[in-house]
Amino acid sequence: MPDKKFSNEEIARAATNVRKHILSLAIERGGCYLTQACSSAEIVTTLYMNILNIGPSLGNPDAQPFPGVPSAQNMDYPKGSLYNGEQTPDRDRLFVSCCHYASVIYCALAECGRISQAAIDKFNADGWNMEMIGAEHSPGFENTAGSLGQTVSIAAGTAHAYKLKGNAGKIYCMLSDGELEEGQDWECFQAAAYYHLDNFIVYADINHQQVEGWTKDVMNTEPLTDRMKAFGWEAVQINGHDIEALEQAAQTPHPGKPLMVLCDTDPAQGIPPLKSLVPKHFVRIPKDRREEFISFCEQM
Amino acid sequence: MKIEVNTHSKNMIRLAKEHPEVVVMSADLGTSCEIKEFHEVFPDRYFSMGIAEQNMCSWAAGMAREGFRPFLHTFSVFLYRRILDQLEMSVAYPNLPVVFVGFVPGITTPGGVTHQSTNDVGVLRTVPNLAIFDIGDATEIEGVLDLAYSYNGPVFIRMLRKEVPRFFPADEPIRFNHARILSEGTDITLLSSSVCTEEALRATAALREKGVSIRHLHVSTLKPFTDPQVVEACQKAKYGVVTIENGTVIGGLGSAVADVMAEHGIGKKLVKVGLQDTYAHGASKMYLLKKYQMDAMTLIGAVENLMGKSFEISEKGLEEIRFEDFSAV
Repeated sequence: MPDKKFSNEEIARAATNVRKHILSLAIERGGCYLTQACSSAEIVTTLYMNILNIGPSLGNPDAQPFPGVPSAQNMDYPKGSLYNGEQTPDRDRLFVSCCHYASVIYCALAECGRISQAAIDKFNADGWNMEMIGAEHSPGFENTAGSLGQTVSIAAGTAHAYKLKGNAGKIYCMLSDGELEEGQDWECFQAAAYYHLDNFIVYADINHQQVEGWTKDVMNTEPLTDRMKAFGWEAVQINGHDIEALEQAAQTPHPGKPLMVLCDTDPAQGIPPLKSLVPKHFVRIPKDRREEFISFCEQM
Repeated sequence: MKIEVNTHSKNMIRLAKEHPEVVVMSADLGTSCEIKEFHEVFPDRYFSMGIAEQNMCSWAAGMAREGFRPFLHTFSVFLYRRILDQLEMSVAYPNLPVVFVGFVPGITTPGGVTHQSTNDVGVLRTVPNLAIFDIGDATEIEGVLDLAYSYNGPVFIRMLRKEVPRFFPADEPIRFNHARILSEGTDITLLSSSVCTEEALRATAALREKGVSIRHLHVSTLKPFTDPQVVEACQKAKYGVVTIENGTVIGGLGSAVADVMAEHGIGKKLVKVGLQDTYAHGASKMYLLKKYQMDAMTLIGAVENLMGKSFEISEKGLEEIRFEDFSAV
């Protein structure tokens, strides 16, 4: 459990606020990764506000200037993981593979008080640490995840290290379904099962869309539950907008195996005017529909 | 010339005994990369990752973040050509202390083009934070793991295996970013790396008999490449500079030397011996060195051209100064 208790009503309100915040960014800036906010708002807020056992943020609540790329001379820059609290053996960790969901992460951090609401003003602003696609200095990010397939292996390597050290904390990884077309994910899944990483839990946002369209039309990845089980994982399929189901999924027994939580989601969830635009990887609000989105945003 | 056997195997075990956080990861080529004994001595610190190099690389990044020191073992070619993105984004960008121990570098394998890491140096010299060490003999094998361990960031090693000659005194270990001066001279400056240093030693022995004065540097740190000895050696070469390397001449040692010469305004001719913008094929090292003109005779020809002289050195004469052929698969 996180250090502060949140009710499911509070989580639901936070999820709506995340959608609202990102919709307002999309209106203000012409576009944003809005469908990902719609699909994953409950997943991310439930992770932060209920599932993850993490301590209070150690990060600066305000946006920070970009601290420079890592190098031998720059290893002590403020890490994005500071916002997930102190790393102690009994605490959990979260690795975000779908890093174009950065705005969702930032807004969720703001909802649970890990960054200020004002910090979001620096989202995607030149020279700041709140990039549109996060890297390891960005609030909430453990690593640099933009090349899909790598973060799940990095998270699994961390889970392996936790087991070797006898750490009780769990390693969570969040990804989205398009990424499951990458070969490296399946290399990782077979290795995570081989090393019996029962401290490793993946939440997959199955929003059925990717850049070129619906996932089933770009490259079918189903049946994912069967595939995961065939790879030696425990796998559950839930409604990714059902907060209670998201919480319960984390409690699924998975002795000796990693756990995959396949979260079935809708990329227009919570913003009905989006329905006619999906599938859409990056939403630009059509000029002739601006007023419609603005008035919807205001009543959210 | 003394031939040492399985030096890396012993050295890897030694390093792991000294540092409990050192672990070995293998992509199903452990037995071909001298870590069979490591597996026997430290079964709990040897991680079989299967034939899945991408996952191995990123997985190692996760372990390095937790304080482990992973040493990845497979053929050099699979540690850069196949997984360059993982090497860069999972390891090099965050500057993690992961060591890529790449075996059978360049044309030292008869395995053919898929097994030959012939452009690794050129590709990897463009990667920030990464250090590159190119091994030339058994003494360097003994020292390179300590260099890699003490380097603050990721390291790529072009490692030699099995029977490897010892050219350099055992009590003069490999030094970081510091070339080894094998001979002093003023006519020609010759810089060599990897197994080509053996070819260079044969050529310089023959040329010296003909009165040519050669400053010969063996270079084992290819990145960073800021050794002042290189600048000085290039400045003092009367006729020009020659490089010889175990891989393509584009981006490797020769290119690094060209950069240094240009940056220091050294207006001398430079001849780069190595693979001339080509892939190779599967055959023995000695055959490939000759076929692709990476051998001692080619070096001699380069020196003759620079000096405008012919030294009448025959291949037969050079045979007497041959040291060892690594032809095993």
